[in-house]
Amino acid sequence: MKADPKGVMTGAHFLDGDHACCEGALSAGCRFVAGYPITPSTEVVERIAARFPMVGGIFIQMEDEIASSIAIQGAVWAGAKAMTVTSGPGFSLMMEHIGLAVMLETPCVFVNVQRGGPSTGLPTLPGQADMMQARWGSHGDYEIIALCPNSPQECYDLTIKAFNLAETYRVPVMLMMDECVGHMTEKVVIPDAGEIDIVERRFTTAKRGEYLPYETYGDWVPPMVKSGDGHYFHMTGLTHDERGYPVMNAEAQEKCVHRIVNKIKENADDIILLREADTEDADVVVVSYGITSRVALKAISMAQAEGIKVGHLRLITAWPFPETRIRQLADQGKALVMPELNYGQMYLELQRVVEGRTRSHLVPHGGGTVHDPEVIFRKIKEAVQ
Amino acid sequence: MSATEIKFSGFGGQGVILAGIIFGRAASIYDNKFATLTQSFGPEARGSACSAQLIVSDDRVLYPYVTKPEILMAMSQEAFNKFLPETTDDATVIIEEELVKPQGLKPGMKVYGIPATRIAEELGRKMILNIVMVGFFTSVTGLIDYEAVREAVKASVPQGTEVMNLKAFDRGYQYGENLK
Repeated sequence: MKADPKGVMTGAHFLDGDHACCEGALSAGCRFVAGYPITPSTEVVERIAARFPMVGGIFIQMEDEIASSIAIQGAVWAGAKAMTVTSGPGFSLMMEHIGLAVMLETPCVFVNVQRGGPSTGLPTLPGQADMMQARWGSHGDYEIIALCPNSPQECYDLTIKAFNLAETYRVPVMLMMDECVGHMTEKVVIPDAGEIDIVERRFTTAKRGEYLPYETYGDWVPPMVKSGDGHYFHMTGLTHDERGYPVMNAEAQEKCVHRIVNKIKENADDIILLREADTEDADVVVVSYGITSRVALKAISMAQAEGIKVGHLRLITAWPFPETRIRQLADQGKALVMPELNYGQMYLELQRVVEGRTRSHLVPHGGGTVHDPEVIFRKIKEAVQ
Repeated sequence: MSATEIKFSGFGGQGVILAGIIFGRAASIYDNKFATLTQSFGPEARGSACSAQLIVSDDRVLYPYVTKPEILMAMSQEAFNKFLPETTDDATVIIEEELVKPQGLKPGMKVYGIPATRIAEELGRKMILNIVMVGFFTSVTGLIDYEAVREAVKASVPQGTEVMNLKAFDRGYQYGENLK
């Protein structure tokens, strides 16, 4: 499927990341957003409130983030593509409903324009410290997908990608922006609608009365229903069977959790997006994501100018974590350096995967600005020795 | 040219941010360069000295923040006083000369002044002083192509005000050309 031209603002624009995210949602076919504005994500919904009604879409400013995160799920089951937009404090409030979206397998998008935390922290300054919360913030065992743009152009591109992944795997997808990327203005090219690939929702072909909402027919992901087509079924956050009814036993639990986890794990190679440069003959590889991946490139060019063999691995997809590729690099004995705007979150994952195969170094940062490239450069030098 | 760091400043309401947006748009959309614009959003951005930071480059901008501006545009005394110490020793300083008395300049700095508010008033609208400044900036820095900035002005101002704004742009540009 290609994008509906009605929502696509084709052309070259000078946009900030927040506005670009709004345009990405429109291009993706999103027509329902519920949110509770919070800095530094406010400009996303500000533009949505202006733009969505012009294309037949709806924006509701809800009473809080808890309501926002469940309103979008109602909209999805009524047939819309939907998302909500927030920052750390609001993201915390949404955790319960992220779990429900996982359990009901509701395709939807959560945008988190990360700021410094914990608590209200630094509303107007960047952080990358919600990465583990995105992965594990709701209770229970599950998998989600998280994407990390490093420019306004990618805020546009990856918002579309987020909706496509949400529909493909029926999973909540987190777009993990940060204040720097959200408030940074750069050129954003929006292609013709005919050049934008859109994944449409997969609907059941079952006759009335025969629809089994969680029967996958050998696939990983079950088809959905078109609201109003006359299918009746039960939706519950309780462990359920293929009919959707609660079943309180270990077998049903195993079946349910197994599929929720493995529909992502088993498809990780198709989901994961990486960018890589100069890793082939590198002694050191800098692993980074989001805004930090740009600053890392600056540090890498400083190191390369001194003759250090250093490469770059950029995680566009943070979750699922690119275990295979990182393990390969570790097996080749390359030292790994990971800067991030937190005190070591994705680094924990990196260490888990590396398992002592090679040396790994964290470049921590409390947030509030981006790394000084000089600091990353020094760590690269340390790693090569 | 590798990368040029620019700071646009003034007091709130003078169109400081729009001036930054116009140059960023001109450079990245109409002049085949890369441009990254950032603003301060915190409490430090409130009050009277307001600013926008722009990096213009032939290559992709990696580090997004301006650390040492080589060009400072100041439309108010307070902004001038606040931001001059951040600039390079040989910075180009562009001022609204009836609002800013340039003090504390280093010997290597070049200063260009224009009575932009008065020119804007002559054109009938005081609020277009930022576009006069944009025209002047285009001329004295030569950083971004004249036509590119003109296109960006057209694309950035409210519909129906293009003619007046382009007039303001050309007046500022001409004022700069006459200084040469």
